[in-house]
Amino acid sequence: MQRIRLRYTKRGRLRFTSHRDFQRAFERALRRAEVPMAYSAGFTPHPKVSYANAAPTGTGSEAEYLEIGLSAPRDPATLRELLDASMPDGLDITDAVEARTSGLADRLQASVWELRLDQVEPEAARAAVAAFEAAETVEVQRRTKNGMRTFDARAAVVALEVADAPDEPGDRPSARPCAILRLVVRHETPAVRPDDVLSGLRVVADLAPPVPAAVTRLAQGPFDDETGTVTDPLAPDREAVEAAPSEGAPHAAAQATTAVGPA
Amino acid sequence: MTDQSTAESVFPQLEALLPHVQKPIQYVGGELNSTVKPWESCDVRWALMYPDAYEVGLPNQGVMILYEVLNEREGVLAERTYSVWPDLEELMREHRVPQFTVDSHRPVGAFDVFGLSFSTELGYTNMLTALDLAGIPLNAADRTVDDPIVLAGGHAAFNPEPIAEFIDCAVVGDGEQAVLEITDIIRAWKAEGRPGGREEVLFRLARTGGVYVPAFYDVEYLPDGRIARVVPNRSGVPWRVSKHTVMDLDEWPYPKQPLVPLAETVHERMSVEIFRGCTRGCRFCQAGMITRPVRERSITGIGEMVDKGLKATGFEEVGLLSLSSADHSEIGDVAKGLADRYEEDKIGLSLPSTRVDAFNVDLANELTRNGRRSGLTFAPEGGSERMRKVINKMVSEEDLIRTVATAYGNGWRQVKLYFMCGLPTETDEDVLQIADMATNVIAKGRQVSGSQDIRCTVSIGGFVPKPHTPFQWAPQLSAEQTDARLEKLRDKIRGDKKYGRSIGFRYHDGKPGIVEGLLSRGDRRIGSVIRAVYEDGGRFDGWREYFSYDRWMACAEKTLPAQGVDVDWYTTRERTYEEVLPWDHLDSGLDKEWLWEDWQDALDETEVEDCRWTPCFDCGVCPQLDLDIQIGPTGKKLLPLTVVNK
Repeated sequence: MQRIRLRYTKRGRLRFTSHRDFQRAFERALRRAEVPMAYSAGFTPHPKVSYANAAPTGTGSEAEYLEIGLSAPRDPATLRELLDASMPDGLDITDAVEARTSGLADRLQASVWELRLDQVEPEAARAAVAAFEAAETVEVQRRTKNGMRTFDARAAVVALEVADAPDEPGDRPSARPCAILRLVVRHETPAVRPDDVLSGLRVVADLAPPVPAAVTRLAQGPFDDETGTVTDPLAPDREAVEAAPSEGAPHAAAQATTAVGPA
Repeated sequence: MTDQSTAESVFPQLEALLPHVQKPIQYVGGELNSTVKPWESCDVRWALMYPDAYEVGLPNQGVMILYEVLNEREGVLAERTYSVWPDLEELMREHRVPQFTVDSHRPVGAFDVFGLSFSTELGYTNMLTALDLAGIPLNAADRTVDDPIVLAGGHAAFNPEPIAEFIDCAVVGDGEQAVLEITDIIRAWKAEGRPGGREEVLFRLARTGGVYVPAFYDVEYLPDGRIARVVPNRSGVPWRVSKHTVMDLDEWPYPKQPLVPLAETVHERMSVEIFRGCTRGCRFCQAGMITRPVRERSITGIGEMVDKGLKATGFEEVGLLSLSSADHSEIGDVAKGLADRYEEDKIGLSLPSTRVDAFNVDLANELTRNGRRSGLTFAPEGGSERMRKVINKMVSEEDLIRTVATAYGNGWRQVKLYFMCGLPTETDEDVLQIADMATNVIAKGRQVSGSQDIRCTVSIGGFVPKPHTPFQWAPQLSAEQTDARLEKLRDKIRGDKKYGRSIGFRYHDGKPGIVEGLLSRGDRRIGSVIRAVYEDGGRFDGWREYFSYDRWMACAEKTLPAQGVDVDWYTTRERTYEEVLPWDHLDSGLDKEWLWEDWQDALDETEVEDCRWTPCFDCGVCPQLDLDIQIGPTGKKLLPLTVVNK
């Protein structure tokens, strides 16, 4: 069985897609694209798809990952194009590589997030971020299935900074001013989400954006302690394919976008 | 019909609200196979609404068909809108976001036509919510030339009188050709610079004879509250408005590109309408009466639609839809052909609406070739032989037992039976016989299968008399009597020591049926009740958690007595031969004399045959509409498709 790892996005208005919604859409896309899927055994066989660490409903993402099992080998690049054409715009398949290693989920150690805070002065955001970084711990609360839970949102945060707002003429003029936060956070238990960091900013500096933040995951993957960057989780597979291209698929890896940038 | 400045997308404002509501994905659009045409490239623009939640409205075939038919036309665009849940409604009111289309999030008020498809009367309050959110005056009389034309269609539009004050016009029958004709008239009127304003365009629509404009008709009442007559109040509009009938379904293979939602919806399958209309003649069935004559899609037409539809959607299930799907003249070949074709692809086939007498095990085997044999569903509707003669659903108990014996013998373990309570002339005894039927089913099942693990579920709800059926004159059973009868049945089933545990019992209480009955057979005076319920917060009346019987009754009590009528007058009162019915001026093709005779036959427990297999019994549809039934067999077979890339 050939396994292919895919990177996909949740862009624009389709960021409101829940993970369950995405799963149904993706499995239909597999049918439309006539991908020769491997099926699980059992009375109601399911196509073999495993998802890793999906972004919450309502947050956008440039870096979601999943893996599929095929009953016949396929060229990853062609497969990516076919699948991308079969998915709605915004749920785009941006990268595909044959899986040659194990433990993709384990490699997703940290994420880079962008938080766009409309109607927030960058100066106010800078002050809040400084207070957050200065704190040892920042206790926040989140409602979970088992009621309100209190935990520390500070320790998992590797970096938090206010980026310069890009110049976007004509884009939501009413939303000015606007602060853009860039956040690098380790995947730990309990998971600290961008929302929790926003709660933390409210706790330490009373920063309360008047409109909901637009949150996008820019990258997720292995965390390099030395450089403090998040690297491409598909790189080990890509390297293995380059080293031994003949195995399995007719061609090696394919990339639709540039590799994951440093944090 | 407003200018460009007010047709801007409201998505930026809406987007800020979405993180605060349940299932935001239902409001963002972007479904696979959805269409967004440039606003400026089109001169006639339709907003189509199914007035219920997205999860119910999106799979609606009627809206999907019209959406595609209109968008295929050059210079015409259609976008969809659905009812927003109360959580979003509240935010939209607070932040002044108007009712929007999900395709490009334009305000509904900016379109030329606001078309609503009513499968059920329970969507009326949702229409008022949408109008109000859209900023369109609730009263048709208050609208200006810049407001959209509010157009009602769907089965409930066969009696649009309860919503007459809220709509500008109604279309009865098939919509495919009708929407294009309406489009042409609106386009010409706009091109001429909208002469004569709103009234002129409505008049141009009305004079075709196929569009009902309530404002052009006056209703006169008798002192006792009955209608004296309904008369046109201007020359040039017809006394009766006729229904639209599409004759060749193969020429209308829609939807070609069914919408595939991201959000979860009630039906997620590739649906193909295999025929339209039904002549079985079940007297309670409005759909069967108003969609005559029978028009089949050919086996090859079905095969092509399924093939293209599956490729366009990736659905895993094909639904072969109609009012009685096993009655298609080539259903065996259709099922076998499709089962052969998709055996490798794990595509399921389903055949909703199967009659007991049309069921055969070969067909069922084809449908379940890959899947499990969990349950079969039949609808005898009436518990006693006598009752089934009254409703003209001639399924004998022997037929049913024979069918279930075959099914249990072939591996099925569960049978679901649907019934109605409160049918004309029904007594407690008729309903109690349902329990006997269920025990006979279980006994036979145990005997045939040799297993005790056999189940039968009885599902029963209150009967609501509908316009354009032989039962349009019938008294509806009161909610109290319906509930009392259902309780007796429940006690009888539960009291059965030997079989009771194998019989599941599901029932709907009688109260929602009374409101549905009020709306179904109501006249223009009911509009005041609908408005009062809406103003009191009534929404989503088809949903148990939102429906309030008490609110409906309180509002009816407030508005109806002043008009000399009450809820009982509309529901439990039997009508006489002479009475002018509120929908008499809407022509479904059925001859009122014939309906009355059929009503008398019902009271005499006399059955009528199906005209597909026996001579015409003069229901009036074919000569009236100058049509004929259109059925196979064509003798053709479905060819296997070449399997690529497997």
